[in-house]
Amino acid sequence: MSTNSIRDTFFEECEELLEALVEGLSAMEENAEDMDVVNAVFRAVHSIKGGAGAFALDRLVSFAHTFETVMDKVRSHELKVDEELMLLFHRSGDQLADLVEAARDDREPNAESEATILKELEAHLGDADREEAFSFDAVTLDFDAAPMPIDLPEPEPTLRRFDIRFHPTPMLYANGHEPLLLFDALAELGTLTVQADLSHLPEFDAFDPNDAVIDWQLSLETSEDETVLHEIFEFVDALCDLEISVRDEDAPAPMPPEESPAPPEAAEPVTETAAPVVAKTTEPPEAKTPPKQSAPRDEPRGPRPTLRVDLERVDRLINTVGELIINQAMISQRIEELELPAVAHLTNELEAYKLLARDIQEGVMAIRAQPVKPLFQRMSRIVREASEATGKKAKLVTVGDSTEVDKTVIERLADPLTHMVRNAVDHGLEPPAKREDAGKDPVGAIRLSASHRSGSVFIEIADDGAGLNRARILEKAIEKGLVSPEAELSEQEIDNLLFLPGFSTAAEVSNLSGRGVGMDVVKNAVAALGGRVSIASVPGSGTTFTIVLPLTLAVMDGFVISISDQTMVIPIASIIETIRPNRKDLHCIGTDGQVISVRGSYVPIVDVARNLGLSGGETTTGSGVLLLVSTESQGLTALRVGAIHDQRQVVIKSLESNYGAIPGVSAATILGDGKIALILDPDELVKLNPAAPFLPLASTPRLELRHA
Amino acid sequence: MTTKVLAIDDSRTIRNLLRVSLEGAGFEYHSACDGVEGVEQFADVEPDVVITDINMPNMDGFGVIETLRNGPNRTTVPIIVLTTESGADLKARARTAGATGWIVKPFDDSSLVSVLRRLTGHVV
Repeated sequence: MSTNSIRDTFFEECEELLEALVEGLSAMEENAEDMDVVNAVFRAVHSIKGGAGAFALDRLVSFAHTFETVMDKVRSHELKVDEELMLLFHRSGDQLADLVEAARDDREPNAESEATILKELEAHLGDADREEAFSFDAVTLDFDAAPMPIDLPEPEPTLRRFDIRFHPTPMLYANGHEPLLLFDALAELGTLTVQADLSHLPEFDAFDPNDAVIDWQLSLETSEDETVLHEIFEFVDALCDLEISVRDEDAPAPMPPEESPAPPEAAEPVTETAAPVVAKTTEPPEAKTPPKQSAPRDEPRGPRPTLRVDLERVDRLINTVGELIINQAMISQRIEELELPAVAHLTNELEAYKLLARDIQEGVMAIRAQPVKPLFQRMSRIVREASEATGKKAKLVTVGDSTEVDKTVIERLADPLTHMVRNAVDHGLEPPAKREDAGKDPVGAIRLSASHRSGSVFIEIADDGAGLNRARILEKAIEKGLVSPEAELSEQEIDNLLFLPGFSTAAEVSNLSGRGVGMDVVKNAVAALGGRVSIASVPGSGTTFTIVLPLTLAVMDGFVISISDQTMVIPIASIIETIRPNRKDLHCIGTDGQVISVRGSYVPIVDVARNLGLSGGETTTGSGVLLLVSTESQGLTALRVGAIHDQRQVVIKSLESNYGAIPGVSAATILGDGKIALILDPDELVKLNPAAPFLPLASTPRLELRHA
Repeated sequence: MTTKVLAIDDSRTIRNLLRVSLEGAGFEYHSACDGVEGVEQFADVEPDVVITDINMPNMDGFGVIETLRNGPNRTTVPIIVLTTESGADLKARARTAGATGWIVKPFDDSSLVSVLRRLTGHVV
């Protein structure tokens, strides 16, 4: 494992820790007395600090340290958590996230807010703590600067003789120390002689294996400083009587051999016989049972064991499953073509195959699915920042954050969602005073919810603000030339003006939302994921944006339809109802417009073949099937197609990389007979102007007539 | 002979760093991600030396040391505390609990290995 991949793991872990931090802080808001929660928050910050230290991310370390120190005061009940402190913790969490991100991307963090927050955090610390913060760094540096000497020192002329008296306490052995190893370390510094004082050795009968009965007298000739010796005894400092003195011989006294009756090795047998406790630890490991597992284990034992898999492998699997489903469709088709006499078990087996393929597909999709929780949690920061910037008060309420959505969807939803949440605070909520006048809680609520409904994912961003100011929106749209002044628009149509490119409702561009990103960008981002956005607004009580997304980006349920002589697929999710039109319900409007009355309301009919520029079309009144869809541009619309052949699961194959965006077509798929079919996008389809170049020549004169 | 190390730390990053340093220095590396698992692993692995973090969920480092020193399988195997704090009171507390030594995070490879070597006699 390279340093780089360890670094990557660190940042991955940081993300998890930051999530845990946000979660912990939210829990603290509910109950700051719950020490488990406070401990979890403390640990998250602490772990980030620990890891950051290993990569010399000093700024991150020092910020995390200050944060952690304040949190520690909460832990020890020295500091009481109030609303203000809670807010500071949230902001510190955000800042920590920023620092982590900056460190990861190797960019400069926001120094200004870092300094402000640090100052506020430090205000909660006493002088002693600040001192400690300082010494923390100093000691760390010290340790790095003076690693334990491993190599034999260079022989230098200034040799000195140290006399060391070493008398261990029983505690020294109990704590796992081994005098022999200490002596070995000393021996590396120079010439060492060891003499054991066995005078305290008791009679064999009175022998207590846990007692420390041997003293040592050591003599070391070395060029090293006395502090190096003390470092070797650092761990045993309080566990023994230790006296180190320098012999008063300035001249490098040559060691007479007769003065050292016990060479360093001599200590070994003594320790082994006299201190069985020590002897046990030096027992050769060969005598022990062989290791139960040879492979080192580093699998974390969390509450739920998880497996990290390269995303590419999962995508490859998903691709293969797509092929499997196509293959299954082909087999079904071939069997059908054989026109075998009804063989019950063949049909049954085939049905089972179909179900299994679907199970596999769902299982594989589930691998890519992730809860929206981290995404939602990030929004709490956006709400906080937005309310700070606008001077409004807002809180975020999340619902259904365990709802799982495809990983790509989550990633690509982050930006649109951020924008919408920011908008909700900036444009949706009223200033606190205004809210109070209206009898509302001065703290506005932004409600973020996710749910699965009928094969789609619904994400709602709701505020309890004043609702859309439709008069203002219309005025603005007219001003910008987006609609003509005479146009009569329904409420829904006015709301949808927000999605037009270049539309901004803010009376003056606020420093928050006015960043050149409009709702049209949001809409496009969602559309790129195969989803759509809609608005519902009630004056005085708020606005709700609803994003509807497909569960997966790889497979969908569709109707196989025929249009003119082509076979195409239309997503079932977009179809509200299928209608076999009754002649008496059809009405003509103008020269070639048609509407159908559906339970009392008139719905425009769009001929799919004509809009796609296919010759023929189902123009003969009464023929074909109508599919009722809801579109953003013109509301309820009936799409006229030739016939519905089948309802089946199709694998989505993108066309965009090869053909660019094709109006009215979202992708393609491979059908059971191996033919390629286009997947239609109803929303874009109805927008296609039949007068566009696709228009069959036959109808052109009619159009010219109309213009004349 | 290989020296077996059991590292107990809740941070994956630290476990990874320890693994790289220790396996590089010829130790047999085992790890656990909290105190409770650490104590369990201790019985399985029978390590020659234990490295433990202090701040961990379920059972903290002091708990680990006390359990290993005074529990049913009491041991005199060296236990090294891995800590970001270098305060004297923390060291004293660790020592009272039965810790053999300590390493201050961030640690560098050579000091980590030399401490382990000094406490276990491991030959690099």
